[in-house]
Amino acid sequence: MESKDFHIIADTGLHARPATLLVQTASKFSSEINLAYDGKSVNLKSIMGVMSLGVGKDADVTISADGADEKDAISAITDTMTKEGLSD
Amino acid sequence: MTQKLSGIAASNGVAVAPAYMLVDPDLTFDKKTISDADAEKARLHSALDASIKELQQIKAVAEKSLGSEEAEVFEAHITILQDPEMIGQIEGKIDSDKVNAEEALKEITDNFIAIFEGMTDNAYMQERAADVRDVTKRVMSHLLGKNLPNPALINSEVVIVAHDLTPSDTAQLNRKFVKGFITDLGGRTSHSAIMSRTLEIPAVVGTEDATTTIKQGDKVIVDGLDGIGIVDPSDEDVTTYTKKGDDFAKQKAEWDKLKDEASVSKDGKNFTIAANIGTPDDVAAVNDNGGEAVGLFRSEFLYMDSAELPDEEKQFQAYKKAAEDMHGKQVVVRTMDIGGDKHLDYLPLPEEMNPFLGYRAIRISLKQPDLFRPQLRALLRASAFGNIAIMFPMIGTVDEFKRARAIYDEERQNLINDGVKVADHIDVGMMMEVPAAVLIADKLAKYADFFSIGTNDLIQYTFAADRGNEHVSYLYQPYNPSLLRLIKKVIDSAHAEGKWAGMCGEMAGDQVAVPLLMGMGLDEYSMSATSMLQTRSLMKKLDTKSTADLVDKALDAETNEDVADMVKQFMAGLK
Repeated sequence: MESKDFHIIADTGLHARPATLLVQTASKFSSEINLAYDGKSVNLKSIMGVMSLGVGKDADVTISADGADEKDAISAITDTMTKEGLSD
Repeated sequence: MTQKLSGIAASNGVAVAPAYMLVDPDLTFDKKTISDADAEKARLHSALDASIKELQQIKAVAEKSLGSEEAEVFEAHITILQDPEMIGQIEGKIDSDKVNAEEALKEITDNFIAIFEGMTDNAYMQERAADVRDVTKRVMSHLLGKNLPNPALINSEVVIVAHDLTPSDTAQLNRKFVKGFITDLGGRTSHSAIMSRTLEIPAVVGTEDATTTIKQGDKVIVDGLDGIGIVDPSDEDVTTYTKKGDDFAKQKAEWDKLKDEASVSKDGKNFTIAANIGTPDDVAAVNDNGGEAVGLFRSEFLYMDSAELPDEEKQFQAYKKAAEDMHGKQVVVRTMDIGGDKHLDYLPLPEEMNPFLGYRAIRISLKQPDLFRPQLRALLRASAFGNIAIMFPMIGTVDEFKRARAIYDEERQNLINDGVKVADHIDVGMMMEVPAAVLIADKLAKYADFFSIGTNDLIQYTFAADRGNEHVSYLYQPYNPSLLRLIKKVIDSAHAEGKWAGMCGEMAGDQVAVPLLMGMGLDEYSMSATSMLQTRSLMKKLDTKSTADLVDKALDAETNEDVADMVKQFMAGLK
């Protein structure tokens, strides 16, 4: 299993358009991918799950991937995070 | 069979086209116990697939006709419909509870909607609840085999028929194909009406039964000049109304020639014709229609179009842009007018029995300076980039004005102390919409730099008649001598102190009211940008002496209708 911590810097937090892109990125991989925040964990391929966490600015989240393409998944998600200005 | 509908003329012009019914079908269903869960899940998936396909189509059209930003919302909708968690939960419900797909869909999506709506500290998430509701409606319509209207897919000329038009409906409409609007609800100042004037599309609102009389595809005439709709017209009707539309278009072309001329009466007195705007983007239409000022910048749109409180910097950018784009012509910004019928998700206000008589506008600003001060600072900073004026809404007493003005003076001094550039002089005035303020206008004129009469609220408060309540709409009486006397008092009081008086309600561009307002000496007329040139053309035909005589007679009349008849006779006498 691969996992990585992110510090959210976007003003609107993990919603808005970038959340959709994050979910779309995660959905390209076969690994099981989860987003953990504040003691709760949701499927990163689920837009409703991600939105229901209500991740705001300055939140610390952990994303973990488990499966054949776990390394590629984490690296693609990291790219999206940076490109969309979600995390530093 | 030809049928006639009568309503309120909301936007000038005439349209003849087939009807497009923008009406939601009945999506109610019965909860059922099912035996074949797999078949039910298959039904769910075919409804989901059909919805996604439809959304992809809508998205493609919207990208072309409305731009990629407007189309993004459909991408978000598609992502929701592909959500493995949500679909998993709906399937689980069908498996475990043996309920039909409709019931499972409703229960699961209701859960998500409740979660999102529960995040009351997060306006963005609350808006997402509306997205879930939207996509659920689409899937439900496919499950039930009903057709949902898809206004974004309209690709031939139509007249839109609706119960009422919401901002999200109008955002999806393509101007190229939408030739007219006809609605059941609304008055001249409803969203549908204002929107149709901004888009310059003929509209009739408040017909009560447009959606029950008209069927999809019926030929419909919309006469936005006289507030008439004709369903299934005769060939003769079509000829008559097509000519009426053409004549109007010719007339409009005549008005357009006055774009660069001054607003001056026949006997040489100058007036100012200005426009009401909601965002800096509206300034383009003001310049296109020869506006001499912005008489009302409704700053609350900055608040209402935002998911969170717009900060000082964001407001500064908006005011600066409007001031710059007006190239030195005055831009009168009204400070936040929230409350009444305007709400902000991120600024919960107490539930009230009578919101229009409650906590709104300057009453909020004075009580919550954390909202008011950043707005004043943004306005002061923007004043260095053009000609900004500030006005306070809903002032009822001298004390309220003085308190608002004192906060303004303090922030002005703070900025100057910090070395920030602000204009040497800024007109600071007030709206005249509370009858109590009108009655002491002579006192208020000592402190305010100008008055701007807000007719919609002034009429509502003078007649004690809710402007949104159809049962008392007969009390919307802009020409009633009671109201005219109040208006005259405002104008005379301003002039006695060497101040100017304007009007920023619908009445300022009303062709019956303008002769009366000129006769009373009103200085500034602020209206929808599209009404300005017609008003300038009217002013050129009138002189201040004979309109003043007309005012004397009108003030002594008994009823709204008597005054309207007097003005019509007066106008007929000119020709």
